[in-house]
Order: sequence, then C-alpha cells, then structure tokens
Amino acid sequence: MTTQLNSSFRGTQDLPKWLSPTLLVSFFLASFGLQVLIASDSDSAAINFIPVAIFGLLGFTVAIYVISRVIEGVRKATDRLVTIMVSTAFSLALIPLLSLAYTVVTKGVARFDAEFFTFSMRNVVGEGGGALHAIIGTVEITGIATLISVPIGIMAAIYLVEYGRGTVARLVTFFVDVMTGVPSIVAGLFAYALFVIFFGPGVRMGLGGAIALSLLMIPVVIRATEEMLKIVPNELREAAYALGVPKWLTVLKVVLPTSLAGIATGIMIAIARVIGETAPLLLIAGFTASMNYNPLNERMMTLPVFVYTSYANQGVDMQAYLDRAWAGALTLMLIVMVLNLVARLISKYFSPKG
Amino acid sequence: MTDTKPKAVRRLGDVVFANLAFFAGVSILATLATVAAFLFAQSVPAFTGPPIDAASEGFFSYVLPFVFGTVYASVIGLAIATPLAVGIALYISHFANRRFAQVLGYAVDLLAAIPSVVYGLWGILVLAPFLSPTFNWLNANLGWIPMFAGQVSATGRTMLTVGIVLAIMVLPIMAALIREIFLQTPRLHEEAALALGATRWEMIKMAVLPFGRPGIISAAMLGLGRALGETMAVAMVLSPAAVVSFAVLTSTNSNTIAANIALQFPEAGGNYTNLLIATGLVLFAITMVVNMIARWVISRRAEFSGAN
Repeated sequence: MTTQLNSSFRGTQDLPKWLSPTLLVSFFLASFGLQVLIASDSDSAAINFIPVAIFGLLGFTVAIYVISRVIEGVRKATDRLVTIMVSTAFSLALIPLLSLAYTVVTKGVARFDAEFFTFSMRNVVGEGGGALHAIIGTVEITGIATLISVPIGIMAAIYLVEYGRGTVARLVTFFVDVMTGVPSIVAGLFAYALFVIFFGPGVRMGLGGAIALSLLMIPVVIRATEEMLKIVPNELREAAYALGVPKWLTVLKVVLPTSLAGIATGIMIAIARVIGETAPLLLIAGFTASMNYNPLNERMMTLPVFVYTSYANQGVDMQAYLDRAWAGALTLMLIVMVLNLVARLISKYFSPKG
Repeated sequence: MTDTKPKAVRRLGDVVFANLAFFAGVSILATLATVAAFLFAQSVPAFTGPPIDAASEGFFSYVLPFVFGTVYASVIGLAIATPLAVGIALYISHFANRRFAQVLGYAVDLLAAIPSVVYGLWGILVLAPFLSPTFNWLNANLGWIPMFAGQVSATGRTMLTVGIVLAIMVLPIMAALIREIFLQTPRLHEEAALALGATRWEMIKMAVLPFGRPGIISAAMLGLGRALGETMAVAMVLSPAAVVSFAVLTSTNSNTIAANIALQFPEAGGNYTNLLIATGLVLFAITMVVNMIARWVISRRAEFSGAN
C-alpha cells in the first residue's frame, strides 16, 4: 500500500482493518517497556500505570492520525481522531465503575457473614458486631418514606396529566423539576427545622429521616408516573367515557392499571435512589450502636450512616471498622442493584403488550 | 375534555378525586415554600442570638470560604465531566453498535445509582492513594501554575481528588441526559449529511452537535446542581480548612457548605446549629438558582422536554 503514495492517489486509499488494533497494542507494549526501563533505572520497583496509558494512547493517536492523513486524507484522519477520543472518554468512565465494583466486592466479603446480619454494634469494640440495627433502620425509614411519597407522588402526577391546565399546572411542573435538584443535606436540615418546632433542639428521630427522604423521593415518583400516564393512549380514556364511566373511575380503573408496571418500575428506582442517602439521615436520624425499632423515639441507625460512621469513627482496631464499612457498602450496593434489576424485570414482564 | 360535554352531571367521586389530585399537586408548591420558610425561621437565631465562637467575625465571613469551596469543587468536577459526558453520550448514541450500546447504557445508569457514601469510601481509600504520585509529579513539573503550587498533600485528600470524585458522580446523569438528546436528532438530518459524503464526525458536527447544544448546556447545569449539593463524598475525601485557596494539591482546602454541615452538625449545639442551617439556606438558594436556569434553558426548547 505504501507504493501508491504519490500525490494523485493521496486520500483515496483505506487503511487495512488490522492496522489500528495492531498499532494500539504495540504502542501500549512499547510504553509499558519504557516505564519498566525507567522504573529499573530509578530503582523504584513500582510501575506507574498512568504514564503507561497516557503515552501509549498518545503515541497510538499520533501514529494513526499521521498514517491516515497521508493515506486516507485529512477528513478521514479527523474522523479517526474523534473516534479515538470518544472511545477514550468512554473507557475512562468505565474504569472507576470497574474499580469501584471490584474494590467493594473484594473488601466487602471479609465481613459479609452471618454475624454481620444478625448482630448490632451494641457493646462491640474492635472485631465482630454487625449491622442488623442499621438494616432495620434503613428498612423502616425507607418504608415510611415510600408510604408518604407514593400516594402524594401518584396523585400529583394524576393531577398534572389528567386534570392540570393553566398556570398552576405549569408552576407545579416547573417546581417538581426544581425539587429534583434539592440537595439531600437541605432535605435533612428541613426535617430538622420541622421537628425542632415540636420536640425542641437536638431532636433525633427516625421519622424525621423518613420525612427528609420523602422530600427527595416525591419528585422522582411524580416524574416517573407522569411519563407513564402520558403514554396511556387517549383512545382508552375516550372508550371509557363513551361507556359512561365517570372520570375518576376511568383514571382509577383504566389509566392506572394500564400504566401500573411502569409506575412500579419508577417507584423501585426512586427507592433505590433514596436508600443510599446518607447526609439527611446523619442529621436527623443520627447514629447509634443499638437496635431501635421505633421510628418515633430517639436515634436510629441506617445502613449508609453505618458505612460512614464505621469509617469516620474508627476505633483502635482500625481494620475491623474498615471491614465493617466495606461490608456495609457491599450490602448497600447489592440492595440498590437488586432494586434496579427488579424494576427492569417488572417493566419487562408486566407492561401491557401490543 | 369534560367541558365539551353539554352539561355534565357533577358526581361526588369526581369532585373528591379531582380535589385530591389538585391538592397533591399544589402540596408540591407548598412543600418547597415550607422548606424555604422553615430553614429561614431556623436561621434567624444565628443572627439574633449570642455570638458563636466559630463565626466570631460574622456570618458572611464564616460562610464565604464554604461558598467558594462549593463552587470551586463543582466547577473542577464539571470541567472534567462535561467533555467526558459528551464523549460517552456520542459513543453510546452514534459509535457503539446497538445491542452493545444498550448494555453500556445500563452500565452507565448503574453508576448513577451507587450511593454517594460508597463513592466517598472508594475515593478516600482507593482513589486518593492512587492519585497521590501523580499529584507529586504535577507539583514538581507544573508547580509554576498557581493551581498546582504549594506543599503537596501526603494523603491525596485534596480539592483535585474531590473534583475527580464529583466528576465521576455527575458523569452518569449528564451522559444519560445528553445521550437522550443526541438520540432525538432528526434521522433525516443525519442521513442527509451521510448521503452528501460526510464522514461520521462531519455528520456529528453538522447534524448532532448543533441540535444537541442547548441540551448539553442544560445537562451541564443539572450536573452542576448535583455537584453543588453533594455531601458525603466531599465530607469523607476532603481534608478541610476554613480558607479561600485556589491550590488544588495541598492539604488546606476550602470545605464545601454541604460537607461542612455534615461534619459539624452531629456535634453542634445551641445556635451553632442555627448557623449551620443558615449556611444550608445559602446552599439551597444557590442550587435553586442553578436548577431554575437549567430548567428554563430546557423548557425554552420544548423539543428537549423528553430528556428529563
């Protein structure tokens, strides 16, 4: 192919398909070899992989660009350059995901045992102990938050889709969007500011955590429900009206059942979003080492706060606390993934066909 | 719909149900107003009560470093995240093959669902030590840039680490939003560009990017809103100080409002609590403004409304 490099053929050839992967691999190997040389030279045994990646990628990019520019012309060369950049951006984003998943799993399994799920931290110093109190707290607080947000969220969505016209509806739509952006810590402060009125300064209560979480959850539920209600075909509503069904029964018996799978998916995702919230619970639900089944009374531990306090208040036996933190993080991630998975399955198997 | 009927019978069920729905809708407005009102009411004692040790020079000199830290960390995060998010969105929408792209989209969505406390744990125990040698290198070779100057932190718990963690955290949300917008590019525009002999990049430059530009801007604003309010990851990773400093590699960093509240609140008593609530009100105001601008940009172009 290099024989045709005279000007009349410039920009007409395609690069062979094998060239770019071969170049990529060889540049990375060369860059790695260079680093090994440098490392052995400066007698620091560790090889830093950041320069390996950077120089390998840079060399490959420059080489491909130059070759392509000579053989294929400037337009295709630019196209190749952009393709490399876009793929790099994507791989860069995958690295933290993989690293995060790997770290959480490998470090989390150390304490991911029966004791972790059957013991609280009461009177535990150093090794042992578990997160049962935190799991109970998370389940109760998230449960109450769901009970508060789902009815309000669904009714508000019904208002927006089925009834809302004019200024009020537009305002509500706009502020639901704005509400999605309320920082979680502000939600926690709000719950505190609300409860302080009734219970005095320094109040800590599981219910407050539920209030804070529902503030974060309601807009998500509304958005999801709204999207689902919007795609219910109007013919269904009109058919119901034509049969003389009142509007409220049409909504309850025709529109809602049709979109139920989608709404359930949305609620699952909303739960997954708030179940990992730490900041508001740290403020209003507080933290404790003991079991507390009563959300109306005193401090209540939750799983995210458990992870945080295990890390933040390490005892003398540091590793035991860190192991518990990682095990908590693993539990939390598994819960979130299962919720997401269930959401996908619901929308896959229960959404109306046809 | 109902008003096209000649004279409808007012059924009790209809009235009750319509009112329930209406009140649920209006309760959203009421809730937001209540949030602002209660935070404001609880902030007042910070100004009227006895002086607080932490804020002996007045509220504004107390909150200023935190406002700076909040904005600075978020801007660093956003500067890293925006180009990457556009790249990821382009890759999923126009480069990867369709089946693969779906899996990728799911993976990116999963990143968005990871709790921030897990990011914090990972940031402090994995990312910070990993970045530390690079920080030394940056300081040694690019130390003449004010950002990279100063005594490098030995732990890696710096502003730049926080910026990177924030970038990783807002990336999935921004990528998902931008991807949705890119996917809405009219097919005819794309095909017309390709039919005229454009390469893939030229097609993207001519058809996809101009169409998606408002969407990219609003996605960046929403990402900014997220980053501004992020608490736990910052609280765990950053080694804080009450200073205003542009240096991103040292161990004295301006803390963010949210992280400061999370760190101080559990031990706070008296009207120190009220002071922290007042800083929370400042944060609330900042994020509200950013979000409202973002939503306004989106709603100005109705075609993008499906991207929320």
